Amino acid sequence: MRHSSVLTIAQIFGSIIAVFIGACLSAASDSDWELEPMKPNLKDKASLQRGLGLYVNFCLGCHSLQYRRYERTARDLGDIHKDDMLDYVIFTGQPIGDYMYSSMSKEDAKSWFGAAPPDLTMVTRVRSPKWVYNFLKTFYMDDERPFGVNNKVFPNVGMPHVLLPLQGIPEEICYGYEAVDLLAREPILREKKLEGILTRTDRDTPIEQLDPLEGRELNCPEVAAIPGTGLYTPEQFDQAAYDIANFLHYMGDPSREVRVSMGRYVIGFLVILMIFAYILKREFWKDVPKSPRRVREEHTTEL
Amino acid sequence: MSELILGSLMSDSLENRGLIKRSMTWIDQRFPWTPTFEKHASKYYAPKNFNVWYVFGVLAFVVLIIQLLTGLFLTMNYVPTAEGAFGSVEYSMHEVSWGWLIRYAHSTGASAFFVVIYLHMFRGFAYGSYRKPRELIWLIGMGIYLVLMAEGFFGYLLPWGNMSYWGAEVIVSLFGAIPIVGADLAEWIRGDYVLSSITLNRFFALHVFALPGVLVVLVFVHMVALHHVGSNNPDGIEIKDKKDEKGVPLDGIPFHPYYTVHDFFAVIVFLIAFCAVMFFAPEMFGYFIEKPNFQIANPIATPEHIAPVWYYTPFYAMLRAVTFPLFGLDAKFWGLVVMAGAILIPLALPWLDKSPVKSIRYKGRISKFMLGMLVVSFIVLGYLGTQPPSGFGTATAQIGTLVYFLYFILMPWYTRREKTKPVPERVTGGH
Repeated sequence: MRHSSVLTIAQIFGSIIAVFIGACLSAASDSDWELEPMKPNLKDKASLQRGLGLYVNFCLGCHSLQYRRYERTARDLGDIHKDDMLDYVIFTGQPIGDYMYSSMSKEDAKSWFGAAPPDLTMVTRVRSPKWVYNFLKTFYMDDERPFGVNNKVFPNVGMPHVLLPLQGIPEEICYGYEAVDLLAREPILREKKLEGILTRTDRDTPIEQLDPLEGRELNCPEVAAIPGTGLYTPEQFDQAAYDIANFLHYMGDPSREVRVSMGRYVIGFLVILMIFAYILKREFWKDVPKSPRRVREEHTTEL
Repeated sequence: MSELILGSLMSDSLENRGLIKRSMTWIDQRFPWTPTFEKHASKYYAPKNFNVWYVFGVLAFVVLIIQLLTGLFLTMNYVPTAEGAFGSVEYSMHEVSWGWLIRYAHSTGASAFFVVIYLHMFRGFAYGSYRKPRELIWLIGMGIYLVLMAEGFFGYLLPWGNMSYWGAEVIVSLFGAIPIVGADLAEWIRGDYVLSSITLNRFFALHVFALPGVLVVLVFVHMVALHHVGSNNPDGIEIKDKKDEKGVPLDGIPFHPYYTVHDFFAVIVFLIAFCAVMFFAPEMFGYFIEKPNFQIANPIATPEHIAPVWYYTPFYAMLRAVTFPLFGLDAKFWGLVVMAGAILIPLALPWLDKSPVKSIRYKGRISKFMLGMLVVSFIVLGYLGTQPPSGFGTATAQIGTLVYFLYFILMPWYTRREKTKPVPERVTGGH
C-alpha cells in the first residue's frame, strides 16, 4: 500500500518535471539570423571614445541620446577635456551641459523616413550590445528597399546604411545554383547582384556536382563589402561596429561600472557583518534550553 | 555571557546610567514606552522552535521599509505625466546622484516583496498558521497581499515604458469583459477612452499615497493581532497551554533579545541576496525589469509578447487557461472569474481545513501530497504565464489550474479523512 502510493507521487512529480522541461525547450527564438558573439568592455576607454566619435559623426544626426548630457559622457569616458568636446564632439553648438539631442526635427524625420528615428540611449537594454554590433555589420544592397539597402538582423529596416563610406558596398554572399537552361548548361545565380564577390561560391565546380535549387530559397548566409569600395578594411570596420556597440552599451546603463565595483564592497561588508551577527546570535541562544528532537513516527516523505 | 555583553554595553558609568534611568522615567510618565516595549518585545514570548520559514515576516517588513524610503526619494525626481514620466525615470538613472541605486533598490524591492510574501504565505499553508485562533491574522494578511498586488500593478505603469503601458492596457481591458458594466467600468478606471496621462496621474496617486497608507495600517493591524494571540510554530501546538508559575509559556522565549539577534542575522543574509541582485543583475535577466520597458510607451506598437511581471504570472496563466465561452459569456470573462477566484480562495482556508492537527508535520500523506502539488502547479503556472501562448502550454495551464483549485476544494474532505500523527506535548526541534 505504502509502496504504491510513493510510486504514484514519484510518477506524478516526474511527469510534471518532464512537462516543465519540455515547455522550456519548446520556447522558440525570434530571429533566424545567427548573431556573432560580441563581448562589451567598459574598461576599454579608447574603444568607448572611438565609439562616441563614430556615433556623433554617423548616428547622432538622426538618433538622439536625449537622456544623457555631453558633460557626463565626457567625464565617464576618461575625462575628455571640455575644449575637445566642444571642438570634436558637439557639432550642434549646444553647451556641454546640454542633453545629446539630434539636430533633426521630429516633423522632418517623419516626412523623410515615415517615422521619427528612435532615441538610442537605452537601445542595448531593449536589444543587446551583441544585437547592435550585428545590426551594424549586416546591411546589404537591396534594390527593392527605399534606401537601397536591407538588413539581416532587422529585416526591412527603414534607414539607409550610414556606415557605407567606411564599410564599402556590402553584398550578400549566396550559395546555390539554379539551372535555368539545362541544354546550355549555363549555371546562373538567381540573385542578380553577385558580380565581383563570387569568390567564395563554387563557381568552378562542374554543374553536375552542383545542388540545384529546385524552388528552394537561395541561401545567403554572409554579407561582405566589395573590396576597395570603403575607407576601412573589413577588420577596421568590425572594430568600428564594435566600438559603437560598446559605447551604446555604456550609454544604456552608465552606473554599471561603479555599481559592480561598489557591489563587491557592499557584499563583502555584509558577509563580515553576517559572521558577527551569527556569533552574536549563537552567544545569546546558549541560554535557551534545547527542545527534544522531533520524533518521526513513520518514514514518510517529509516536508 | 549575554548578560555580560549587555552589561558592558550599557554601563559606561553610574552617572550615565542614572541619567538614562531618569530620562526613561520622565518618558514613561508621559508615554507608555517601557510597558509597550515589554509587551511587544522583552516580555513577548515566542515559541523557541522557529525554523527558517519564520524569518519571512520580518523580511517582508524590512522590504516594506526599503520600498517606502526608496519610493520617497524616487518621487522627488518623478514627473507623473505621459510626456515626462519615462524621461524623469531615466533622469534618475542617468543624472541624479545615486539615482540608479534608489531606482534599482525599488525595482528589486518590488520583486523581493513578492518573493518573501510568497514564502511567508507558504509557511502559513504548511504549518496551519491560519487555523483558530489566528483566522483574523490570516485574513488581514490576505488583505495585505491583495493591496500589495494592486500596489505593484499601479506602480508598474509609472515608468511609462512600453511594457508598463501594454501590461496595464491588458489588465484594465479585462474589466471590459464583465457583462453589461464592463466597458464603462474600464473607462472609469482609465478616466479616458485609452490609457493616458489621466490614467497615469491617478495610478500615481494610488501608488504613492493611498495604497502605501493602507498597507502600513494593515501591517500594523496584522502585527497587533499576532501579538494578541501569539505566534504559531512548526509543531502547530499552542505554547500558551503550558505555562510556569509566573505565567510565562514553558516553550516561549522573550522576543527581545533572542529573536532580535536571530532576525538580525536573517536580515543580513537576506540583504546579501538582495544586494547581489541590485548591484549585479538588477534586471534579473528580464524578469524584474523587462526589456521593452526601456522603450517609452507607444500606443501604436505592442511589444512582441506581453506578459506581466513574474509575480502575477501564475494567475495570468490561469486567466489564459480558460479558452471556452460558457452560458453565452466570453472566455475572457470566465478567465477573469477563474483568476479572481484563484487569488481570493486562500481567504477561505481557515474554514476549509478540518484536520485535527495544524502542522504539516503531523498531517497525513494526502495533505503533504496536495501541498506539494500546489507548489508545483504554482511554479509551473508561473513559468507558463511568462511564455507566449501555445497549445501545449494552455493544456498544461488547464491542468495546473485544476490542481491549484483542488488543493482548496478537496481540503475539507482529505483533511478529515486522512490519518494524522500524534502531536507532541511540547515543541520539538528548533535551534
